[in-house]
Amino acid sequence: MSKTVKSLAVASAVAAALTAHANTATAGSKVKCYGVALAGENGCAAGPGTSCAGTSTVDYQGNAWTLVEADACETAELPAMDNGSARMGSLEPLERDIPS
Amino acid sequence: MLDKSPSRPDQIPNRAGVGYKAQHLDGILKDPETIGWLEIHAENYMGDGGRPIAQLKHLSEVFPISCHGVGLSIGAEGPLDQDHLARLKHLVDWLEPGLFSEHLAWSTHDSHFLNDLLPLPYTMTNAARVAEHVDQVQGVLGRKMLLENPSTYVTFAESDMAETDFLKEVASRTGCGLLLDVNNVFVTATNQNFAPNDYIDAFPLDLVGEIHLGGHEEDADDTGATLLIDSHSREVVDPVWALYEYTLARSGPRPTLIEWDNDIPEWGVLAEEARQADVILARQDARVIA
Amino acid sequence: MSVGQAEFASALLDPKQATPAGLIDPEGHPAGKRFDVYRNNVVFSLLDAMETAFPVVHKLVGAEFFRAMAGFFVRKHPPKTPLLMFYGEDFPEFLAGFKPAQKLGYLPDVARLELARRTSYHAADCTAISPDTLGKISPATLMQTHFSLAPAMHLLSSQYPIASIWEFNMIDSAAKPIPGDQTVLITRPKLDLDMQVISPATGTFLQSLQSGHCLSGAHDAATHTEPDFDLTAAISLLLAHELIVKTG
Repeated sequence: MSKTVKSLAVASAVAAALTAHANTATAGSKVKCYGVALAGENGCAAGPGTSCAGTSTVDYQGNAWTLVEADACETAELPAMDNGSARMGSLEPLERDIPS
Repeated sequence: MLDKSPSRPDQIPNRAGVGYKAQHLDGILKDPETIGWLEIHAENYMGDGGRPIAQLKHLSEVFPISCHGVGLSIGAEGPLDQDHLARLKHLVDWLEPGLFSEHLAWSTHDSHFLNDLLPLPYTMTNAARVAEHVDQVQGVLGRKMLLENPSTYVTFAESDMAETDFLKEVASRTGCGLLLDVNNVFVTATNQNFAPNDYIDAFPLDLVGEIHLGGHEEDADDTGATLLIDSHSREVVDPVWALYEYTLARSGPRPTLIEWDNDIPEWGVLAEEARQADVILARQDARVIA
Repeated sequence: MSVGQAEFASALLDPKQATPAGLIDPEGHPAGKRFDVYRNNVVFSLLDAMETAFPVVHKLVGAEFFRAMAGFFVRKHPPKTPLLMFYGEDFPEFLAGFKPAQKLGYLPDVARLELARRTSYHAADCTAISPDTLGKISPATLMQTHFSLAPAMHLLSSQYPIASIWEFNMIDSAAKPIPGDQTVLITRPKLDLDMQVISPATGTFLQSLQSGHCLSGAHDAATHTEPDFDLTAAISLLLAHELIVKTG
């Protein structure tokens, strides 16, 4: 494609987009601000005093993690990704008890 | 930058206000007379734009706004974070809040923000350092700030000053005002085993520009002694309302904030807390007039 | 005995460390559990911040797993600034290296998507140019025109269907994700976020404009990715999402 031809092609694409835009009311469907509107708010209150969040230690290699390993094995049953190099995990919420 | 319209409210009245939560926006705007003013946490409005800032701009046209910092780490051993101070200045410059306050506490160490209001020993050396920091803040912002008394859970063996004396010292060195959190007084008094009314008696009430009220939770320490946690997760308890009234009887009416930051209730519940504070404030007004 | 803030801070984040000795109760006993209140406040509040910041990752691994995993994260990567709204920028990298979650390969990219949405939500406001401005540029100049794009615009591409995973977990009616890569465009015309899957070539085009290439250069890059690249559709996208802030 010559430079002129290309420049005309680009110009006509822009012109077509402008015409289309004039005839469209708004952008596509809105995904609301789920998951961001209240994320990471600063506060000045203390957390519940009975919580042991600050003092509990979970062993990195410990039993607590085995269930996710099991989940991962389960998900290996799902079809391989298109490129064959990766597999999809289960996308159901994995709301299961993890023994601690 | 927002052009401040001449009709915009700015002075914080001697009425009840609430800590602003986006969840309550509709309730607040539906019946704006319920509260006299709003307080925001400065850090939540330090993004570059978007809905939080648009909302705040709108609210500031309707209500007087008080700006409460939670991340300046004024009690830190190290220098103040100049980037953060610059962000704060930007916010305060466009918002022009009726009051600006921060905590007698630290939260940043070694460029890690620990997201809690951590305690410091009360010594003359520390008072001098806190005063330096307050001076810096007031210098950069070009206005007076209020410093708030914290809730504390531990005692420092090295402390050799009462908290009230420490605050007096910082205020006299800097000319800053004080924010008296009456719930914090009650929590700290219980945790540190002193009478809350004695604390109020020793407090320089003439310097108080604002009062905070909030709910706390009860726990126990290793010895079984009651340990109160400043959780802001429930209604203000009766002994704290009583301490508030005791305070107002000595200080006169002051802008009073209801704080509720965890387990945030329906707007109506918070509005009722504010109404209760307004009733007590009105009683004080009546006393002053009588 | 004096307790420095270095000692205090280090004991806060490491529960195996002893409570600093200069901290006591009013009777002079060691502070013990009283110090744990601060430990709890720090970790608990950061865990809460992580949970609200990464709701989809949270849902994908389950509440308990998330809290335990985030427990490592918040101690290893405490916030670097007091702005919690931006906390978690190291989380995708952390997830990529976190062994127990390694087999859920999409987690780091899902976390990147959640971060990008949050960043976009707080990005600077801007006003898009009027489409007429574009119409007035001569064809010859148009090729060399640079576009400044809206600061809230974010592009992500993943070998996983991250936008579908996000929607499936956040929107009741959303369809189950189909395996495959996705290029995702996040925009924020006015105040509300918009998220859509775009073709890889459109992604290349926008990326190229965003990094400062002129229209001709971006067009070349896009057709290189996909010979059939639809420029009209891409320009329409820019206009519909109010993405062009300045031309020059």
